[in-house]
Amino acid sequence: MPAVAETLDVVQSATDAGYKWGFSTDIEMDLAPKGLNEDIIRLISERKEEPAWMLAWRLKAYAKWLQMEEPDWSSVKHPPIDYQALHYYAAPKKKAGPKSLDEVDPELLRMYEKLGIPLKERAILAGVEIPEGERPPVAIDAVFDSVSVATTFRDTLAKSGVIFCPISEAVREHPELVKQYLGSVIPAGDNYFAALNSAVFTDGSFVFIPKGVRCPMELSTYFRINAQNTGQFERTLIIAEAGAYVSYLEGCTAPQRDENQLHAAVVELVLMDDATIKYSTVQNWYPGDAEGRGGIYNFVTKRAACRGARSKVSWTQVETGSAITWKYPSCILLGDESVGEFNSVAVTTNYQQADTGTKMIHIGRNTRSTIVSKGISAGRSNNTYRGQVKVMPKAHGARNHTQCDSLLIGDQCGAHTVPYIESRNPTAKLEHEATTSKIADDQLFYCRQRGLSAEDAVGLIVNGFCKEVLKELPMEFAVEAQKLLAVSLEGSVG
Amino acid sequence: MLEIKGLCAGIEEKEILRGIDLVVPQGEVHAIMGPNGSGKSTLSYVLAGREGYEVTAGTATFEGHDLLDMEPEQRAAAGLFLAFQYPVELPGVGNANFLRTALNSIRRARGEPELDAVAFLKMARLEIKRLAMADDMLKRNVNVGFSGGEKKRNEVLQMAILRPKLAILDETDSGLDIDALKIVADGVNASRGPDFSALVITHYQRLLDYIVPDRVHVLSAGRIIRSGGPELAHELEAHGYAGVVNEAA
Repeated sequence: MPAVAETLDVVQSATDAGYKWGFSTDIEMDLAPKGLNEDIIRLISERKEEPAWMLAWRLKAYAKWLQMEEPDWSSVKHPPIDYQALHYYAAPKKKAGPKSLDEVDPELLRMYEKLGIPLKERAILAGVEIPEGERPPVAIDAVFDSVSVATTFRDTLAKSGVIFCPISEAVREHPELVKQYLGSVIPAGDNYFAALNSAVFTDGSFVFIPKGVRCPMELSTYFRINAQNTGQFERTLIIAEAGAYVSYLEGCTAPQRDENQLHAAVVELVLMDDATIKYSTVQNWYPGDAEGRGGIYNFVTKRAACRGARSKVSWTQVETGSAITWKYPSCILLGDESVGEFNSVAVTTNYQQADTGTKMIHIGRNTRSTIVSKGISAGRSNNTYRGQVKVMPKAHGARNHTQCDSLLIGDQCGAHTVPYIESRNPTAKLEHEATTSKIADDQLFYCRQRGLSAEDAVGLIVNGFCKEVLKELPMEFAVEAQKLLAVSLEGSVG
Repeated sequence: MLEIKGLCAGIEEKEILRGIDLVVPQGEVHAIMGPNGSGKSTLSYVLAGREGYEVTAGTATFEGHDLLDMEPEQRAAAGLFLAFQYPVELPGVGNANFLRTALNSIRRARGEPELDAVAFLKMARLEIKRLAMADDMLKRNVNVGFSGGEKKRNEVLQMAILRPKLAILDETDSGLDIDALKIVADGVNASRGPDFSALVITHYQRLLDYIVPDRVHVLSAGRIIRSGGPELAHELEAHGYAGVVNEAA
């Protein structure tokens, strides 16, 4: 049987066994009643002990959302979402809000251990040196359903003036910053899912890097959806003042459940003069089973505003999970000579759908952007790159280079490239390259003749295909991502 | 070591091998020569287990095991190596990573401990030195941007690192200049010994001046029509395939 036909067979038999993060945690939850209305929003605001202005902001967003309709311009297909059938707040009981690690429910700590998320900072705090070859410390904010359960290294970071805390805490502790920046990049009425998020967001991370500070360690937020029939609406806001630098990572997983779960996040980045933000995502939400049952609907709005001159934002994403991914991390290049980068690997198998890409809006002079998108499709999945490059009249000397490569495994999947290019300045230089290739039978045979299993061979070839993007990830994350790619495609080639 | 009996095989219903009988004893190097279209590459693909080739009759055993029943990677783990006529490019995959993954897959299959990156690199660098190859060979992506000669040298390097019991060299000499040919031949000769057998498939006698075979077999229209000592290669060179084929017919 030709390798490709066999590929498909194995794709079909590749089931949830491949998803190793699919366990659920049994923990007593404080759950809001199902449904969405003003009272639920009041309840969320109350649980978060929010000031009145925040509630007013939410209610305004909710009013906007009611006027809006779900967008239908993307290529993704799904049955209608019943927004009244979801819980909008779910939190482990008793211990609401952030706390010291010692107070975190041991059941939760066990879960994070199982997920490989280190919530321990003891060794480092005690001044013990990290043995060579081990990971450097990463500060972590762990968000479980609707609340942040722990944030590590906060004191260490505070010494440099860096604020890293759950956004619900920032609303209370740093209202002036939140008021100034929240919704300033993605207004509540930006789109349907952003409006929904603005009304009901529960937790996420808040990062503030003051002027001239290089954040002394990687920051990371780990999102976990656990509760059933619950939507997760994370909200992340990162502010890098002039000359500041931060590398931020986010990871996500969810238990295997037969029903679809909604994740609608909003991430806003603000960059002043000479600031740099590296934002890396490894998205591994439960993708659904081999028949397309279950999985997360991942509708995400991410946008960076490069307000300062020479500021630089770099989005790097490895998207392997979710039944549906709808996500376009974008850059508004307002400051002169500001730089936007988008590096993406999106893998779809079985019945997964991904419609992902970026928007690069060139407004300032000599702004530059690069887009590298690697789409890998297997099984009966569909993978679309959708990207917009827009050059405004004053963006003299703007440059963009876009490269979209698609790799197909089998003959029942789809890869699509939908670029929108618009230039209103004659000095702009825009380049777009696209390729589509298949894993060839002779590549597979070559690897297998050398002793590699078909799966290892695919993993190697796919990692080679994605190399340009993976090298943009922080090192320890890149290793994880490589493994994840291999696991996601496990059984996708025979 | 390798025993082939009455092997018939083809691709897409077209019969190419029409009853091959061949025995390669342990420690021997045999050459298979034949004109274009005689089935040389098909034989190497069938032995290595490439998809798409159908065996219709006959057997092939490797150290007593049924070779035809094994997956390609199982054959590799058993000690069979195919040096490709057209080595395949793997964009973005580093040669060192590829070779280490291959070596460790084979070691794992044999229940041997895997080599870590440091131990592997040390070993690989020694082999590169021994084969008089360029140091950057390990850093480059597998066969990407390699010249024809470099690709063939890379095959020999892989063979040296994976240390097979039986190497099949499928027209490894094609497209090589004389210097590259010597490097390839030296690589094979360096592996020769009581635990190494080889099946050298070639169109020309030239390679056999450097790799002197124990036996030479002439393949024509899917059958071995003559076998002999190394002198048979010279006879072929002198009289051409036509003479030998006619004589046999």
